[in-house]
Amino acid sequence: MSRDPAIEAVEVSRTYELDGVSVPALRGVSLTIGAGDYVALIGPSGSGKSTLMHLLGGLDRPSGGRLVIGGREVGTLSAPELARLRNETIGFVFQAFHLLPRTSAVDNVALPLVYRGVGARQRRERAAAMLGRVGLGHRLHHRPNQLSGGEQQRVAIARALVTDPTVLLADEPTGNLDSTTGAAVLELLERLNVESGVALVMVTHDAEVAARARRRIAMRDGVVVADSADGGADA
Amino acid sequence: MRLAEAWRVAWDALRANRMRSALTMLGVIIGVASVVLLVAIGTGTKQRVEQQVEGLGSNLLLVVPGRLDVGSAPALSPLTLQDVDAVGRVVGDPNRVAVTVASGATVRAGNREDFTTVQGVLETTPTVFAREVARGRYLTGSDVDTGRRVAVLGNSVARVLFPDREAVGQQINVAGVRFRVIGVFTPLGQSLGVDRDDEVHIPVTAAQRLYGTQRVDAIAVKAPDRERIDELGERIVAELNGRHPGTEFSAVTQEQILGVLGDILGILTGVLAAIAGISLLVGGVGVSNIMLVSVRERTREIGLRKAVGARPRDIGVQFLLEAVLLTSVGGLTGMALGVGGALLVAALSPIPAAVTWWSLALAFGVSAAVGIVFGVVPAQRAGRLDPVVALRAE
Repeated sequence: MSRDPAIEAVEVSRTYELDGVSVPALRGVSLTIGAGDYVALIGPSGSGKSTLMHLLGGLDRPSGGRLVIGGREVGTLSAPELARLRNETIGFVFQAFHLLPRTSAVDNVALPLVYRGVGARQRRERAAAMLGRVGLGHRLHHRPNQLSGGEQQRVAIARALVTDPTVLLADEPTGNLDSTTGAAVLELLERLNVESGVALVMVTHDAEVAARARRRIAMRDGVVVADSADGGADA
Repeated sequence: MRLAEAWRVAWDALRANRMRSALTMLGVIIGVASVVLLVAIGTGTKQRVEQQVEGLGSNLLLVVPGRLDVGSAPALSPLTLQDVDAVGRVVGDPNRVAVTVASGATVRAGNREDFTTVQGVLETTPTVFAREVARGRYLTGSDVDTGRRVAVLGNSVARVLFPDREAVGQQINVAGVRFRVIGVFTPLGQSLGVDRDDEVHIPVTAAQRLYGTQRVDAIAVKAPDRERIDELGERIVAELNGRHPGTEFSAVTQEQILGVLGDILGILTGVLAAIAGISLLVGGVGVSNIMLVSVRERTREIGLRKAVGARPRDIGVQFLLEAVLLTSVGGLTGMALGVGGALLVAALSPIPAAVTWWSLALAFGVSAAVGIVFGVVPAQRAGRLDPVVALRAE
């Protein structure tokens, strides 16, 4: 790994204020996500892994420490600058897909390009090409409610990658899918990780899923308790 | 995000919730339509009244006892035919002076009857008020001098009493006294719901005998010179004040009558517009309400849009445009309905209605402004949503 890290966190903390009481969710996390990494983020509920995901994705700002995404210090960015950073460097895949209803697959995929100022025609072309890469070239004009769960998650993956991000953050991407469909989605994510070199960071509860990653970061009570890199199952 | 793109997104969002969008628009539609329609009726009424006052004849000077004010009680007239002669001398031409002594009376012909206004007048009336006789003839000086029992009927009265016969030459009975019909007026139509053809003219001398009085209600003068009409009025008032110490007289011109009427009708139009404006305001509150609901309902969508790179401003603009689109489409529909309603009212009822450009511009401008004003708060709320919280919303 000679390239600059995609994300670098140094002693990052995040504290929420609830009714005047400070609740620490992250108590000082340091880690580096390299370009093209394949990382599983594991830990029980309340361990702080969701909070960490939001921070790594630039949806939230740390209360303390230093967080650099794509070479930019998150703590110093304004809300519009952070929005632009998300658009350019991060792709999100959610457990519940989060597709816009009443909107075709191709328009869902094209959505991030809207906020990048790409023209309508080019957006459609790029979104259609991306849908082709996730195996949905024949479903361009279907709406989410006309697609199966696995297909909806593929649309969401296409949307995450249409902007050519450096990091793909997937929050329980197979959590709402049956095991066969889930496995297929996982394979797709792994293939895209290898093909396009996008770093894949995946939050999961599933030990089997976690075992496939090249690196596992385990969290508990707001700190990293294990960060183990091995060869992975089939990298 | 480009503005054209934002318009499309807003339009799609409204189409996605057709029923709700339509109902929200309805508030704005009703508001704008009623502003346009009511202002049109107010304006139309004003124009009609002005036309009619001008139609009375030009350079008209009305001489009445008391003051011509809004709200002052009509005074009992001390004027007599001698005063009329005196006014004629002041004017220099007795043919420019008309009078009236009017009373409601039942007029009969055979077994038909009509309750109408019977006016005692001089033979000068057609000259002063620009009235025309359609059939037969008008009163003559000799009719007036001798108190001859002859009558000229308004068009409506002629139709009621003689529906299938020519009225001229027939006998009628006015308050128990027989009169011969010598003419029928050219129709004038209606004014503010009042039938202007519902009247009968008889010689003033016959009327005074009929009502047992010497009085004359009012004197009208057609001034020979428009420039010196005010001065003539002052001279007439001075003459009458000299003849009737203790009574005040007023001479008012058409312009003054128009001014007073215009003020009243202007206030009327303003009040109508204000009432309609309130309904527009209520429509705006409805827009604000529905936009707040929409922001809450689409919290996850907002979170997602932010996650993929929407700035707070992009989200705010999207919701603001939705509100503006709601009110401006509603505004245009309301304008169309208001104009249609005004045309319908003017065509099917005696109420005049004139659509004015300023009322259209005002209604549309206000409805678009309502969209901005009432859309800003929900839009800001949407723009400021924390993406982490928004994504978790259910």
